[in-house]
Amino acid sequence: MSKTHVTTTINGEPTEYLCEASQSMLDVLRDELDLTGTKEGCGSGDCGACSIIVDDRLVCACLMLGAEAEGRRVLTIEGMSHGDKLHPLQQKFIEMAALQCGVCTPGMLIAAKALLDRNPNPSETEVRFGLAGNLCRCTGYDKIVRAVLDVAAEQRETTR
Amino acid sequence: MMEAQYRAPGSVDEAVALMAGAGGKGRVLAGGTDLLVQMRAGMVAPGLIVDVKRIAEMTAISQIAGAWRVGAAVTGAEIHDHAGLKKAWPGVVEAINLIGSKQVQGRASAGGNLCNASPAADSVPALVAAGAIATVQGPNGRREVPVEQIPAGPGKTSLKPGEIVVSFTLPARPAGSGDAYLRLIPRTEMDIAVVGCGVNLTMKDGTCTAARVALGAVAPTVLLVEGAAKALVGSKLDDKAIEAAAAACRAACKPIDDKRGTIVYRTKIAGVLLKRAVAIAAERARSN
Ligand SMILES: Cc1cc2nc3c(=O)[nH]c(=O)nc-3n(C[C@H](O)[C@H](O)[C@H](O)COP(=O)(O)OP(=O)(O)OC[C@H]3O[C@@H](n4cnc5c(N)ncnc54)[C@H](O)[C@@H]3O)c2cc1C
Ligand code: FES
Ligand code: FES
Repeated sequence: MSKTHVTTTINGEPTEYLCEASQSMLDVLRDELDLTGTKEGCGSGDCGACSIIVDDRLVCACLMLGAEAEGRRVLTIEGMSHGDKLHPLQQKFIEMAALQCGVCTPGMLIAAKALLDRNPNPSETEVRFGLAGNLCRCTGYDKIVRAVLDVAAEQRETTR
Repeated sequence: MMEAQYRAPGSVDEAVALMAGAGGKGRVLAGGTDLLVQMRAGMVAPGLIVDVKRIAEMTAISQIAGAWRVGAAVTGAEIHDHAGLKKAWPGVVEAINLIGSKQVQGRASAGGNLCNASPAADSVPALVAAGAIATVQGPNGRREVPVEQIPAGPGKTSLKPGEIVVSFTLPARPAGSGDAYLRLIPRTEMDIAVVGCGVNLTMKDGTCTAARVALGAVAPTVLLVEGAAKALVGSKLDDKAIEAAAAACRAACKPIDDKRGTIVYRTKIAGVLLKRAVAIAAERARSN
């Protein structure tokens, strides 16, 4: 059977793979490329655990085909830190205990990054709407929202 | 089952040829926020997936002599960021931006929303109220179709085999025009409309000179409620006119009873949303 050959960039690295036409980007990341940081919660766009950023847009990897990544730039949770240096959102999530089981966390972090990249000064309401596509059954959301607001405030301090 | 093929053509002509060649087994892929869910659930199994997001005409927003042309595959996120379109058609933009989460917005298109043919599709009442015209291309060439003629029932469209919606044209309209879309959902985000209402008005010296009203989720397809428009046109949008328009909306409803809302509730809400959407559209018309 003819597979689709894809050339793309994932977390800054030129990447090539073969995939089935109907294979989701989520399955390509996890099963073909061993990038298992991106989680599957629902497979239907409802939970956000599979959030990735494609050409600067936040999307669900479960609602994208692997074949669609041709020539695009993909960012997954594995590309969020700089080597051992965690992204400020990752650091803050640890400090403020904004995670428990951690299944939602990669998606939350990617969605929060996408939010702050576009809106460095969000209100609490904007953070809550920005993360409305990410479900968490452990934390009750409040610590996550506080952590994102805290990072935004700190980043505004340092860029001043 | 035969494994599917994936193609991402660069032109509408190529996409139409691919669809024709697939002999009924082809499926257009725009954002995939309906299609991939349905494929995963085993509801559809296309032999050929035709990704239209590499087609310039289907992914561009442009303005031509006061009219706006929006590619059928433009994502909600791109529409959100388009200041010009937002200023001209705030109701249409809001309706598209109500679809799903930020993640869904990163992919979902108005073309997919229309062609998926859910009676509750949020962008459709707003497009119908706007008087949007769909440009459709198929094996027999191009045609222009008012958006309200495309839905044919839940999950069904009037598109002929192999036809693709290329773009939507939002007509130029006089100064003093405004539009709005409101929906009722039980939550604040991530839910399906119990009722949706789109209103598009033109005001001149305090009198309504043109109106279009459309309702979603209260019938098998979107409803263009001409009786409501008639009640508004020629009035100063006084309480009596607005109540008559709300009554026309309630009369037009043929909803279903389900867990989201009973027939009685949906019918009542249609009138309530009409009043609120008229107020917003009129305010926008005055400051435009
Ligand atoms: C979590 C979640 C939340 C959602 N919330 C909402 C909501 O609040 N309101 C709402 O209305 N919808 C909602 N949806 C449904 C969906 O996101 C929308 O209907 C969306 O607009 C579909 O667009 P798409 O580009 O992703 O379509 P696709 O999935 O790519 O396509 C949908 C269908 O239309 C066909 N098609 C697509 N484009 C064309 C074209 N140009 N010409 C011909 N046929 C075409 C496809 O073959 C397919 O059958 C939600 C979906 C998810 C997963
Ligand atoms: S796994 Fe993709 S949204 Fe839940
Ligand atoms: S930490 Fe468990 S789901 Fe969010």
